[in-house]
Amino acid sequence: MNLDDLSTAVLDEVRRQAGADAAATVRAQQAALALTRFAGSAIHQNVADEQVTVHLELTVDGGRTATASTTRAAAVPDLVAATLAAARLRPRDAGWPGLAGAAPLLSPGSYDPTTAEASPAARAEAVAAFVEAAGGLETAGFVQTAALTTVLATTAGQHVRGATTSAICDGIARLAGADGVARAMAGRLADVSPAALGARAAAKARAGVDAAPVERGPWPVVLEPAAVADVIGGLVSGQFNGKAVVDGTSGLQLGSAQFDPAVTLADDPLAGVGLPFDTEGTPAGRTELVRDGVPVGLTTDRRTAAALGRTSSGHASDASATWGPVAGDPVLTAGAGGSVDELVAGLERGLLVSDFWYTRVVDPKRSVWTGLTRNGVWLVEDGRVVRPVSTLRFTQSYLEALAPGRVVVGSDVDPQPYRLMGPMGYNRVAVPALRLAAWNVTGTTTG
Amino acid sequence: MVNMAQDIPAAVGSAAFDAATAAVEAALAAGARYADARLVDRRHESLTARDGDVRSLSQTTSAGLGVRALVGSSWGFAALGDPAGDADARRTGARATAIAQASAAVPGPPMELVGVPAVQGGWASECREDPFAVPLAEKADLLTAVTATMRAAGVAVAEALSQAWDTRTAFVSSEGARIGQHVRETGAGMHCLTVGDGETQRRSYPAFRGQYGTRGWELVRELDLPGHADRIAAECQELLTAPQCPSGDTTLLLGGEQMSLQIHESVGHAIELDRILGWEAAFAGTSWLDLQQLGSLRFGSELMNITIDPTIPGALGSFGFDDEGTPATARDAVRDGVWVGVLAGRDSAAVAGLDYAGSVRADGYARLPMVRMTNVGLEPGPHTLDEMIAATDDGVLMEHNRSWSIDDRRLNFQFGCEIGWEVRKGRRGRMLKNPSYTGIGPRFWQSLDMLGGRAPGEWRAWGTPNCGKGQPGQVGHTGHGAAPARFAGVRVGVRG
Repeated sequence: MNLDDLSTAVLDEVRRQAGADAAATVRAQQAALALTRFAGSAIHQNVADEQVTVHLELTVDGGRTATASTTRAAAVPDLVAATLAAARLRPRDAGWPGLAGAAPLLSPGSYDPTTAEASPAARAEAVAAFVEAAGGLETAGFVQTAALTTVLATTAGQHVRGATTSAICDGIARLAGADGVARAMAGRLADVSPAALGARAAAKARAGVDAAPVERGPWPVVLEPAAVADVIGGLVSGQFNGKAVVDGTSGLQLGSAQFDPAVTLADDPLAGVGLPFDTEGTPAGRTELVRDGVPVGLTTDRRTAAALGRTSSGHASDASATWGPVAGDPVLTAGAGGSVDELVAGLERGLLVSDFWYTRVVDPKRSVWTGLTRNGVWLVEDGRVVRPVSTLRFTQSYLEALAPGRVVVGSDVDPQPYRLMGPMGYNRVAVPALRLAAWNVTGTTTG
Repeated sequence: MVNMAQDIPAAVGSAAFDAATAAVEAALAAGARYADARLVDRRHESLTARDGDVRSLSQTTSAGLGVRALVGSSWGFAALGDPAGDADARRTGARATAIAQASAAVPGPPMELVGVPAVQGGWASECREDPFAVPLAEKADLLTAVTATMRAAGVAVAEALSQAWDTRTAFVSSEGARIGQHVRETGAGMHCLTVGDGETQRRSYPAFRGQYGTRGWELVRELDLPGHADRIAAECQELLTAPQCPSGDTTLLLGGEQMSLQIHESVGHAIELDRILGWEAAFAGTSWLDLQQLGSLRFGSELMNITIDPTIPGALGSFGFDDEGTPATARDAVRDGVWVGVLAGRDSAAVAGLDYAGSVRADGYARLPMVRMTNVGLEPGPHTLDEMIAATDDGVLMEHNRSWSIDDRRLNFQFGCEIGWEVRKGRRGRMLKNPSYTGIGPRFWQSLDMLGGRAPGEWRAWGTPNCGKGQPGQVGHTGHGAAPARFAGVRVGVRG
């Protein structure tokens, strides 16, 4: 049974079991994910899985809702029966936002058949190119290809189909205790260059040997795109998230000059690798979040939108009931700061940081995060890199780091794979490098 | 201690074994020298309540086949949801071998697997009250009532959660293993938030994401959520006006729940053999531990005794067999402060020259089995929390995790807790807000100078239902025996 017929069959079963007044959203989703991992310059894990999953959200009596999913396409009557039984047990939710009405999509999605059908041999070839380009250094990383096709249908008349593909190459080169990283994500495997990434990772590793610590305290920094992706990921999940605003845990001040004027941020699923609609069926489009330093938008689903007196921005997801609606394809607009080298040239004394690791929020309201550097830090003096620095711990407010007068935005946007609870594991975060006036270093791996 | 094989549970049907067997046969026919297959049928239920109402009720069922094939020293893994019969199973088995053959294009060194007995048997977790047989209305009433209680006490947000899993696995290997397992897991918890001027505070019970075990609904009843709702709501409000945790080096006392995460992050992950061998170098990270020092390295003080024990009844990381078919066996990881053991799989152990495996697990049928924690816990010590407080002239007591972060070699950690108290001249004093501490793993563990567990209930096998690892991502369920402990000279009160 194809996905359209499957979703229609579920809606028919809902009407049969729950009656014409029941409200339901059905998603029939076909996912294929293949991922080839390498370590010690050899492929050590190589996986592929494919599955069809049916998701059902069913509401009866105008506000009694339950959700369920199954990988068993033949078990549709059981799925509906279990969901209906669960929904009838719930008290009526006066805040139930209702179903999204029928609305046209702005795009069918971005689907590349060649990427969807990429063979294990094609991924092995990409791994070999990364390994070869590292010039004999030990390497580790992964190459992933993924394809997702979704049909969403509701009892309110929405029936839409979207499809997307993505490809990631992400790896490190290692030399004498120093790791260098390079990663990229695109909608097509053909747009990822494993050889270029392997060469870049190797160059970084060679420049990172014999690292030594620096003192704790505030440091001016240049953050490369991998590190910037973490900052933007933290902000879109904790500050621009409509649930965080409803709960009072966001410190965002809409309409005020909270960020440097060089900061312009949006969520743009149509330019990324997202589906063209969210899990409630709301068409996805560009959501402006910060314009010239002023927060102007939030990401919402129907529930948080209703609580905030807005319309949904199309950010419902399987995780949004728990974690809130989060931007899936954030884009930080390029600035006038130039390349990473040009940003470094503007540092009198500071640090160049490749990547962050294990960042966790300490104070949600101020967006204070702690985490560590990874895959290389360098001391910069008089605009030049002078030596590598060992791993550092930071404890820093992301909001304050991007405050007015503290930011220079680089000119080259570099899409990074980053986990924002996307349906295929990784999201695409398109960001340039940043130069920031201060970053609070609170520890090293030696003390 | 070893979990003895039982009969295959009736819940694991023979058709599941037929599909797994067909997949293994097809993988071998396609050229694999070893293959195994798991047919996993899993049911999950999640119920959340917020501010006196049920907020979400989700039920998922997933069934599918995952097949591993070994060609030379190269692995392939293929998975298929809802296989329709022998043809689907055979296609998946052959695909696993084809993927392994592609892996061989970028091969590693020759590798054999550590031997395990080819068991034909099974295991089932103990479950006195089937969580799926408890009426949804009863669960909903429990969660809505405790959130209503907390809201009535004045907090801004009150949430509660219960979860249950029922997993039935049929495992077949080309070495003759045929194992059925039926594992039921249950857990619940609650938390509340208060919002002040530019700050939020949080309290939770019994742990920051609840308490979980390989048990039935009786675990939730024993938690007595209603008996703690008023208390955590009051503490959450009091935190808004409490003084900040001071900054500096001091004596640190940690409650058992925070100790469980300290063990998880700074010991459990550090002793994963795939990390130590560099197999996770690009993602999860490596380890500061060097295999050359296994058996001689001082990890902590003599009070530190860590076991890898998947046989603990009811603990979340317990099973009868891991996902390579290795029988559950208890081992030492740290004995009298010296590092003596690792979490290993059949391939990683062989590469490392070790003769044991048993810690390979997968998140459902669609994910590759990999080295994971089982129950990695600290044995109880000779003290009580009251004795630790009485013996402390100046220190801070912290409880319940709020944030956690550790570097990719598992050395430098920083934890935030929900609540703290001054300890002065042998007495617990004022409440402190925003307590946090930081340290370096082995230095921290060597500063362990008092360890609780002697008082009834102090030692407990805490469950962590959300351990992330692997690409594609996998969520692991792990257990951690822990008790309150005291550490000397720890840096606390790290500010941003």
